Amino acid sequence: MTESTMKAPKKALRPVKWMRENLFSGWFNTVLTLGVAYMLVTSVGPLLNWFFLDANFVGADASDCTGAGACWLFISQRLNFFIYGFYPDELQWRVDAMFLLLAVSFVPQFIERFPGRKWLGLFGIFGLPVVGYFLIPGGAFGLEEVQSSKWGGLMLTLILAYIGIVASLPIGILLALGRRSEMPIIRGICVVFIEVWRAVPLITVLFMASVMLPLFLPEGVNFEKLARALIGITLWQSAYMAEVIRGGLQAIPRGQYEAADALGLGYWRKMGLVILPQALKMVIPGIVNTFISLFKDTTLVLIIGLFDILGTVQSTVTDPAWQNVAIEGYVFVAFCFWVFCFGISRYSQNLERKLDTGHKT
Amino acid sequence: MKKQTIDTRPAGPKPWYDPRVRSLFFQAIAIALVFWGGWVLVDNTLSNMESRGISTGFGFLNETAGFGIIMNLVPYDATMSYGRTFWVGLTNTLLVSAMGVVAATILGFIIGVARLSSNWLVAKMALVYIEVIRNIPLLLQIFFWYFAVLSNLPSPRQSVDVGGALFLNNRGLYLPEPMTQEGFGIVWGGILLAIAAVVGIRIWAKKRQLATGQIFPTFKVGVAILVLVPIVSYLVAGRPIEWDLPALRGFNFGGGITIIPELAALWIALSLYTASFIAEIVRSGILSVSKGQTEASKALGLPNGLTLRLVVIPQAMRVIIPPLTSQYLNLVKNSSLATAIGYPDLVAVFMGTTLNQTGQAVEVVAITMAVYLTISLLISLFMNIYNRAVAIKER
Repeated sequence: MTESTMKAPKKALRPVKWMRENLFSGWFNTVLTLGVAYMLVTSVGPLLNWFFLDANFVGADASDCTGAGACWLFISQRLNFFIYGFYPDELQWRVDAMFLLLAVSFVPQFIERFPGRKWLGLFGIFGLPVVGYFLIPGGAFGLEEVQSSKWGGLMLTLILAYIGIVASLPIGILLALGRRSEMPIIRGICVVFIEVWRAVPLITVLFMASVMLPLFLPEGVNFEKLARALIGITLWQSAYMAEVIRGGLQAIPRGQYEAADALGLGYWRKMGLVILPQALKMVIPGIVNTFISLFKDTTLVLIIGLFDILGTVQSTVTDPAWQNVAIEGYVFVAFCFWVFCFGISRYSQNLERKLDTGHKT
Repeated sequence: MKKQTIDTRPAGPKPWYDPRVRSLFFQAIAIALVFWGGWVLVDNTLSNMESRGISTGFGFLNETAGFGIIMNLVPYDATMSYGRTFWVGLTNTLLVSAMGVVAATILGFIIGVARLSSNWLVAKMALVYIEVIRNIPLLLQIFFWYFAVLSNLPSPRQSVDVGGALFLNNRGLYLPEPMTQEGFGIVWGGILLAIAAVVGIRIWAKKRQLATGQIFPTFKVGVAILVLVPIVSYLVAGRPIEWDLPALRGFNFGGGITIIPELAALWIALSLYTASFIAEIVRSGILSVSKGQTEASKALGLPNGLTLRLVVIPQAMRVIIPPLTSQYLNLVKNSSLATAIGYPDLVAVFMGTTLNQTGQAVEVVAITMAVYLTISLLISLFMNIYNRAVAIKER
C-alpha cells in the first residue's frame, strides 16, 4: 500500500479532539489544566453559596440577615442613599429624568442603524449639560434649589465623570494644537502645562484644588467644594486629553495639511474643517479609554470629603447597626463600576474595529 | 532709449498678514497673559495669606512635628522636625512603589503569557482576571483588601503561627529579623567575589564563543557560584547572623520585622491592579513579533527556549517598554492613594498631617508636586535609556 492510498486517520469525537488539543496536549498542559480546574471547583462552590444560596434578600433590617451568606438586604435598604446621596426624596424625579436622558442619548450608540443616533449623541454632549445645569441644582424655572453638598452617590460619580470629560475636551484640543504649533513659546507653555499635570497624582491635584484654590482667588470669590474638585479634575484630565488628541493630529498625513494650505485656508479653518474632523474621529477610542480611567478615578473625591458612590458605601459599612457588611458593599460598588467600564470598553473596541479602514501602515 | 526696469515682484504682505509678524505678536500676547495670570495668582495668594495670618517661606520645616508615624524607614520620633516627616513619607512612598513595580511586573508577565497559552482553560482564566481587575477602581480594591480582608484576620492572641517564627494577625505580618554579627564582613566579601567571578566568566565565555564557536554554560555555572560562594563564606565566618524572632508581649507582638496591614493592602492592590494592565501590554508585545521570525529561528535549528530568549523576547521588548514605562509611572502616582487607608506615604504624612498642622499649603503642595514630577522624570529617563539600548539599531 503506497502512501497515497492510506486511509484517512480515524476521526476522534469532536469534543474529545478539542479537549485533547486545547487542554491535554502534553504533560505540562495536563498538569496545568488539572490544577486550574481543581482551584475553580473548590472556590466556585463556596462563592456561589455566599452570593446566592445562603444569601439574604428580603427583610427590613440587620436582624433579618440570618443566613451564612451575603446580606444583600443591606444594599437594597440603602440603595436610595447609594444612588442619590442626600438629595431630597420628593425631588429625586429630577435626577431620574437626567438618568433617563443620559440613557436615551447614549444607549442607542451601541445599536447600529438606530435612527438619528448621531443627533442623540450630539444632544448628549452639548444639550445634556445645559439641561442638567438647570435641572439638578434647581433654583430657576420655579424648581426648588438643592445645595451641591446634598448631592451624592452614583449620581455624583456620573456628574463628576461627565463634566470632567465634556469640559476637558475643548481645553485638550487647544492644548494639543498648541503643542503642535510652530511658535516656540506657545509650544513651550503647552508642553510644560501638559507634562506637569500628567506627572502628578490626581490626589495631589484634588488636595491642591481644595486647600490652595481658595488662596489663589481674590477675596470674596469662593467656590463650593464640588466646583473646586471639578476644576481640579478638568485641568488634570485636559492634559491627558491633549495627549490623546495629539496622537490623532500626528496620524494625519502631511498631504492633508499641505492640501488645506494650498486651498488658501487660514489656520483655524484648516484645523477646524480639514484636520480636526479626521483627527478626532480617529481618536474616539482613545477618548473613550481616558473616559473609563477618569470614571474610575472619580472615586478619589471621597478623600477630600465628597460622597460619591464609594464614599456613600464606605460611610455606611461602618454603621454599627449592620455587622460586617463591608464585603457586600464593596461587591456592589465593584459591580456598578464593572458594568459601566466593561460596557464602554467593549463599545470602544467595537468602534476601533469599525473605524479601522486598513490604512494604517 | 533708457532701459526701464519694472519691479514685477509683488509688494510684501502687509505687516498684519505676515506670518512671522503674526507669530511674534501672538507669542508676545501669550507671554504677557502667562505673566499677568501668574502675577494675579501670586498677588491674590500673598494678600490672602496675609489676611489669614499665614507666614510664607520654608522655615516651618525646622519646627518640631510632634506627631507619631506608624512606619518609618529613616529614624523618626515625634520630637523631630517637619522636614524629617518629609523624608519619612518619601521613603515610604518609594518603598511601596518599588515593591509594587517588582510584583506587578512579575505577575503581569506571567498573566500576559498565560493569556496566550495554548491551554484553553488557562487563557480564559487570564482573560477573566484582566477584564475583572482593570474595570474596578483601584481605591475600591485597596479598601477591599484593607477593610474587608486584612481587618478580618484573627487578633494578635489568635495569630496564625508558622513555625513559631512567622505570625499573621490583623495588626500585620511579623517576620524574624536577621541581625548581622561580627565577622559578617567576610560574607559581604564572598558575595562581591561571586559577582565579580560571574562577570569575568561571562566576558571570557563570550570571547571564547566568538573565537571558537564553543558554548560555555554560563548561566548554570553563574547560578552555582552565586549560591555556593556566599554560603561557604557564611559557614567559614562562623554563621554571623542571629535571628530576632517576633514574640507576643502583652497585647501585641514585639521584635522582628513588621509588615503593617496598610502596607500589605496597598501593595497587594497596587500589584494586582497594575499587573492586569501590564499583562495586556505583554500580550500585545508578544503578538507583535511576526510568525516569520519564530519560523526563521526554527529553520536555523534553534531550540524553543533559545528562540524565545534570543528572537521573540528582544523584539517584543521594543513594543513593551514604552507603555510599560507609563504603567510604572501610574503605579508610583497611584501609591498616593495610601492616604485613604492611612499608610504613611508622602501625601498622607506631608500633604496631610504636616499641611494641616502648619497651614503652609502653598509650600507643602509645591514640594509634594515637585517630588512626583522628579520621580516621573527620573523613571522616564531610565526607561528611555533602556529603551534606546533595546531599540532597533539602524545602520
